Amino acid sequence: MGRSLIDKLWDAHVVADLGDGAALLYIDRIFLHERTGSVSLQELKAAGRPVRHKEHVFVTMDHIVDTFPGRGDKTLMPTGTAFITATRATALEAGLNLFDVTDDRQGIVHVVSAEQGITLPGFTQVCPDSHTCTLGALGALAWGIGSSEGEHALATKTLAVTKPKTMRITFNGKLGYGVTSKDMILHLIGKYSASGGSGYAIEFTGPAIASLPQENRFTICNMAVEFGAFSGVIPPDDITFEYVKNRPYAPKGAAFDKAVEYWRTLKDDPDAVYDREIVIDCADIVPTVTWGTSPGHALKIDGTVPDPAAAADENTRVSMAKALEYMDVKPGQKLEGLPIDAAFIGSCTNSRIADLRAAAAVVKGKKVSPSLKKAVIVPGSTQVKKAAEREGLDKIFKEAGFEWRESGCSMCFNAGGEAMGEKWRVVSSTNRNFENRQGPKTRTHLASPTTVAASALAGAIADVRKLG
Amino acid sequence: MEKFVSLKAIAAPVLRVNIDTDVIIPSKEMKGVSKTGLSVGMFANWRYSDVAARVENPEFILNRAPYRQAQILLSGANFGCGSSREHAVWAMKEWGFKAVIAPSFGAIYYGNCVRNGILPVVLPDDAVQAIAGWVEQDPAANQVDIDLPSQKVHAAGKSFSFSIGDSDKEMLLEGLDPIGVTLKRDPAIQAFEAKDRTARPWVYINGPT
Ligand code: SF4
Repeated sequence: MGRSLIDKLWDAHVVADLGDGAALLYIDRIFLHERTGSVSLQELKAAGRPVRHKEHVFVTMDHIVDTFPGRGDKTLMPTGTAFITATRATALEAGLNLFDVTDDRQGIVHVVSAEQGITLPGFTQVCPDSHTCTLGALGALAWGIGSSEGEHALATKTLAVTKPKTMRITFNGKLGYGVTSKDMILHLIGKYSASGGSGYAIEFTGPAIASLPQENRFTICNMAVEFGAFSGVIPPDDITFEYVKNRPYAPKGAAFDKAVEYWRTLKDDPDAVYDREIVIDCADIVPTVTWGTSPGHALKIDGTVPDPAAAADENTRVSMAKALEYMDVKPGQKLEGLPIDAAFIGSCTNSRIADLRAAAAVVKGKKVSPSLKKAVIVPGSTQVKKAAEREGLDKIFKEAGFEWRESGCSMCFNAGGEAMGEKWRVVSSTNRNFENRQGPKTRTHLASPTTVAASALAGAIADVRKLG
Repeated sequence: MEKFVSLKAIAAPVLRVNIDTDVIIPSKEMKGVSKTGLSVGMFANWRYSDVAARVENPEFILNRAPYRQAQILLSGANFGCGSSREHAVWAMKEWGFKAVIAPSFGAIYYGNCVRNGILPVVLPDDAVQAIAGWVEQDPAANQVDIDLPSQKVHAAGKSFSFSIGDSDKEMLLEGLDPIGVTLKRDPAIQAFEAKDRTARPWVYINGPT
């Protein structure tokens, strides 16, 4: 029986078979951030255990750090500075690679890990952060863990993992005008629910994936966890190798060629077998926006909010009813045209240079609706910010009325620092529309960066395809 | 790590699907770089009508007797999805929860439970519903009985079997220190690295190339 890409990634990292489908897997790279990283490091130190291969461990400041210009260790989060200083102290003491607040390499963990060439095809990588799966788009097996597992990985360079079932999701056809990779993943989760991938590692494949530029592929894998999956991977190809080439931590010259030779083997055997297969026709995908408080509550931009009465079971009905109440929307209502209070473009889902270029193309020469209380662009990394400024994207955004920030997670989540206002309706390029995620009682509608941009101009949820 | 062998306790049904870790412990409640002091923030946005002033919402189940003493949580599918924050488990543990029964769990949350001595029990939706209905009739008297060695939940006059991986089960039953267990395999880790260095030399770098 042929092996799948996931099988190959798994097999290449087995240190010991633990029986019952579990294995001790070798972990190539570990990333930490100031939100959850220092707990692991402190516990490890208290136990008197050193970090094994500290040169393979990276630390960045992204979650709590402010994104205002001229920022330092002080943050709006009341107890935030302690997270930054504790992480810095523990990381330096352990001798780890640190991308500090003012470092040129600083940024959102999953953005910088790819950008710096730290994650490479065929790698295993973990981070105490659920969106580590983003990096699967490079053909790596990358997944989020808790702090205790983080400690385990730091001390042993391994993790005991039960092998997930495998699922292959094939995207056929071509994306229509105004449709992005964000819409692909929202469409999938909307169709199969936020737990549709529960228990599975997923391979995203097919012609529509293969024709996506590398940066747009990250958006798909980023939300694998929102589908309930262990992780998601995309088979690496020439687009991937070209992306990786010449990145600071990637191999160079003959070493690179040798690596590419190996990376080319990272694909399904023709007779590979998956536990489950899903096929999606991209002709069915249009710009997609969420109506509720789960990424599974996704809706075609021209669709209407569903009625909980039609739910399959009681728990789902109750949860949908609560979501309607929280979001202040009604069954049968259209989302298009719903007035918004704020717009946010950023997060590990959609903050790369390709995302910013696409959003800038929408807003160029236009103005954000005066009815908006906040419109913010937060680049995914300091490098992305600099690149955008070289291209003049910052000017386009600022002239349109957006705030232009330093890089970080910012208002993707509300840690008690900067947040959206109470009960504001926000269109956001992020990945989670959970209750209170972006602020107190804030109503988040997830969408692509171009849909967010179009909505910011309209002052209401808008169909980017209708923009002139 | 604390052991889990068996438990008979009050169970609290919170039967919504997709209860995420932002709900279990809102980001705002993770105020310090520590595993403790988190239980007061557990379910904060549901539990308090005024979060800042800590005014309890009498409607929320864990604010009502006898559910205040609950050590088992019953919930809907995909419990603990979302953020990887282990704080969700630390908060529940500090509050007194020792087990969660749900039709499915967020994968990271599930692993975090096991590593903190909390037993995650996967039972089909109709079984969870049946247990919840029975508990609600008389929550103090109708206590749920969980036995890990036999992998059974006794409740509502029935026994429900659940499955759990061998290594997770062993870790819970024995209260093992997983890092200590793995460090005993150091020769295997070293052997792997020696072989892998030849196959994938680009893994073993010391800095920018
Ligand atoms: S941008 Fe948002 S989702 Fe991504 S790592 Fe930061 S907080 Fe998490």
